[in-house]
Amino acid sequence: MNKLYLSKPNINNLYIYIYTGFFLIFISILDVVFNSFFEINLTTFLPTTLSFTLPLIIGFLGLYLVRIEFTGIKYLDQLNKNINTNNFNALLTLIIIFAIIKTIPPSLSWFILDANISGDSKEACTGTGACWTYIKIWIRRFIYGMYPNAEQWRINLSFIALLALGSVGYFATDKFKKYLTLYYVVIYPFIAFLFIFFFISGGPIFFEFSYGMIAFGLSIIIGFFVPKKIKLWYFLLVPILLYISLKYFFFYEETIDLGKLSGLNWVETGAWGGLSLTFIVSFFCLIFCFPVGMFLALGRRSELLLIRYISIGFIEFWRGVPLITVLFMSSVMFPMFLPEDFFMDKLVRVIIAISLFEAAYVAEVIRGGLQALPRGQYDAAKSLGMGYWKMHIFVILPQALKLVIPGIANTFLALVKDTPLILVVGLLEIVGMLNMAKTNPEWLGFSMEGYVFAAIIFWIICYAMSKYSYNLELKYKTDR
Amino acid sequence: MNAKIKKIIPQLITLSIVILIFGFFAFNAQVNMENRGIEFGFGFLSQESSFDVQFSLIEYDGSHSYARAYLVGLLNTLLVAFIGIIFSTILGVIIGIARLSSNYLIERTAAWYVEFFRNIPLLLQIFFWYFAALRALPLPQDSEPIMGVFFLTIKGLFIPSFIWQNLNIFIYSIIAVLISIIVIRTYARKLQENQGKQLPVLFISLGLIIILPLLTFLFGGVSLKFQIPVLKQLAATSFIYEGGLGIPPELIALTLALSLYTATFIAECVRAGIQGISKGQKEAAASIGLKPNQILKLVVMPQALRIIIPPTTNQYLNLTKNSSLAAAIAYPDIVLIFAGTALMQTGRAIEIVSITMLTYLSISLSISALMNWYNKSIAIKEK
Repeated sequence: MNKLYLSKPNINNLYIYIYTGFFLIFISILDVVFNSFFEINLTTFLPTTLSFTLPLIIGFLGLYLVRIEFTGIKYLDQLNKNINTNNFNALLTLIIIFAIIKTIPPSLSWFILDANISGDSKEACTGTGACWTYIKIWIRRFIYGMYPNAEQWRINLSFIALLALGSVGYFATDKFKKYLTLYYVVIYPFIAFLFIFFFISGGPIFFEFSYGMIAFGLSIIIGFFVPKKIKLWYFLLVPILLYISLKYFFFYEETIDLGKLSGLNWVETGAWGGLSLTFIVSFFCLIFCFPVGMFLALGRRSELLLIRYISIGFIEFWRGVPLITVLFMSSVMFPMFLPEDFFMDKLVRVIIAISLFEAAYVAEVIRGGLQALPRGQYDAAKSLGMGYWKMHIFVILPQALKLVIPGIANTFLALVKDTPLILVVGLLEIVGMLNMAKTNPEWLGFSMEGYVFAAIIFWIICYAMSKYSYNLELKYKTDR
Repeated sequence: MNAKIKKIIPQLITLSIVILIFGFFAFNAQVNMENRGIEFGFGFLSQESSFDVQFSLIEYDGSHSYARAYLVGLLNTLLVAFIGIIFSTILGVIIGIARLSSNYLIERTAAWYVEFFRNIPLLLQIFFWYFAALRALPLPQDSEPIMGVFFLTIKGLFIPSFIWQNLNIFIYSIIAVLISIIVIRTYARKLQENQGKQLPVLFISLGLIIILPLLTFLFGGVSLKFQIPVLKQLAATSFIYEGGLGIPPELIALTLALSLYTATFIAECVRAGIQGISKGQKEAAASIGLKPNQILKLVVMPQALRIIIPPTTNQYLNLTKNSSLAAAIAYPDIVLIFAGTALMQTGRAIEIVSITMLTYLSISLSISALMNWYNKSIAIKEK
């Protein structure tokens, strides 16, 4: 029988140490569990401070006793290696475990056990927990804003259609893969714009503006099948002809008046809101800021001095000011810069402002990618006789963009997280709707539920985006 | 010749487009302002502002000028930025190091902290703290003192204020201590380089920091009193704390949200910096016989800081710019006071928005200039 050193656990008498140690740990955890789940204090006979810290002390002793190296017991060795390397680590481990145990009951009761979801008024919320009834009643407002209830199918339809069209890339066969970039950069944004414009907005502007859009879109799509020789003439003439013919031959204003082709009811942008507005704003800003940022990055690396300095000035200006002042500028200062009879919708102004703002950040990210490319790539492209644009489109940018996927994803994440800011200029996306709902006299005092709800939604969106970008990064990673 | 023209033409086109756009804007602005009867100019800055501000670091009321109001807002912005930077740095460094801990639980906890706080919009976090969390605090008359002197209420945090006598002597002593510590450090380094002897610099410095200011209390006539906030009844149901220092809930919510949010980014910078040091460096340091804390101090940290500092400064800048979200919870920062209230009163959109933007721009540009200079000075000098 070896001698037992309590102060120095060793591999002799291994099981005595292990049994005592785990017994002590078990007791300490049991004490905390009883304390937090059943509100029974097992150690009431002790003074308050001691009773409070007792599980910590006991657990610490237990972990000390089981800290024996190279026991040959797989789980014990793993435990010691991962959470029990030294005294300090053991203490932190215990604190974290106890903190988790202590927070489970209150959060569980707030989220589920004592929460209410039934009923349709404030009176239904009798529990001490969250009042999910509030979210249930207001969910339409949180998702669609002040958009009329009867018209909300338009938003649903547009989003579902855009989602379906957006997922085309997954199903494209190899034959069509080369057209994907074109599809996502030109055609898809165009379709998305048409959807927003025709469906979500609707109304009379539809006819003022849409001829041009249709003509433009159609001519681009047909343009791909036109022989190269007459392409220039084609693009000079056809869009205008199409526009005129559409306006004066196909869609007579009279036919519309006769009710044969009645447009959808017009919903002004002031009524848009909620989560759908968050999506609309971030989607368009995302689409616009990317090409602008790319040109700015190229401009900043350009050999032409004037272009370089203009790009630097532009980028540094937008990066130096907070978004909130940019939004203020777009809403109060920008109208002063426009002709008096010229009206530009607030939402459009805000989208332009955010796009320019984020474009500066995208530009800096892309510049990083351009700088990371070795000089040999430029030289090789030039030696093949490529010009500036050919070199960048076919050689430089594909490689540079691959490098900066994480950076661009971060910028896009920042963009999505910045969209709630538009509430300072009176556009109420989901956070703005929450702020409005909580001042409703019938539903006072539920701000917590609202913010938790929005936080969960944003968290899911952003977390999914960051995971997706991580996957993209792995997918396009090429070893040099 | 051909190549030269090829270079000049795009530049000319870009320049003319930029000039055209600006000219168009300027022309329209002129017409619009003429129609509204406003004249461009900064004379309004000296006019009486006639609005009050809830929280101000300098003396201010409605009789002061708009320029003074601007200064109040600027100081409040800088205050939030300063406090936020300190807290976020402390928290960020702790979390960043915790991310590298060998303890699985600690590493996971830190990772979840980062994932949680950086994926929720900052504005939402500010609203959460201000409208949901801090509103759950007790009223002034019901609040329990924390450690006897702090009162955390729905109207803010009330802490004791210091009342100094002969503060200048105390400050002089602190300066003297700092200078002597620097001298001792240089001397100790020289001693080590020349003779290999090591001085216990840390203990000497600590002793100096404690002893010399203490002496000023005993002999220099310096004295310090605390004024503890006292509950005072204003009306039947209205109470407020008097004396002491009141920190408004807006400031608490804002700094809390900003620090928690920015700390996640700083933590990632710290982690990347420490991970960026190759294992060989540590092993090399260990093989020449340095102790673990010496390895950290002399080998790892100097190299890691080179990686950590530039992105961290970027985060400080972001924090300063994000502090403008204060306007959403009515904390009187430069955006709320100047681009909000003052703009509404004077209607001078162009001047006020440009001043506000220029202020932020100059803060950002000066800090990045400083950073570039610093970066150059610590960059590895290659032959």
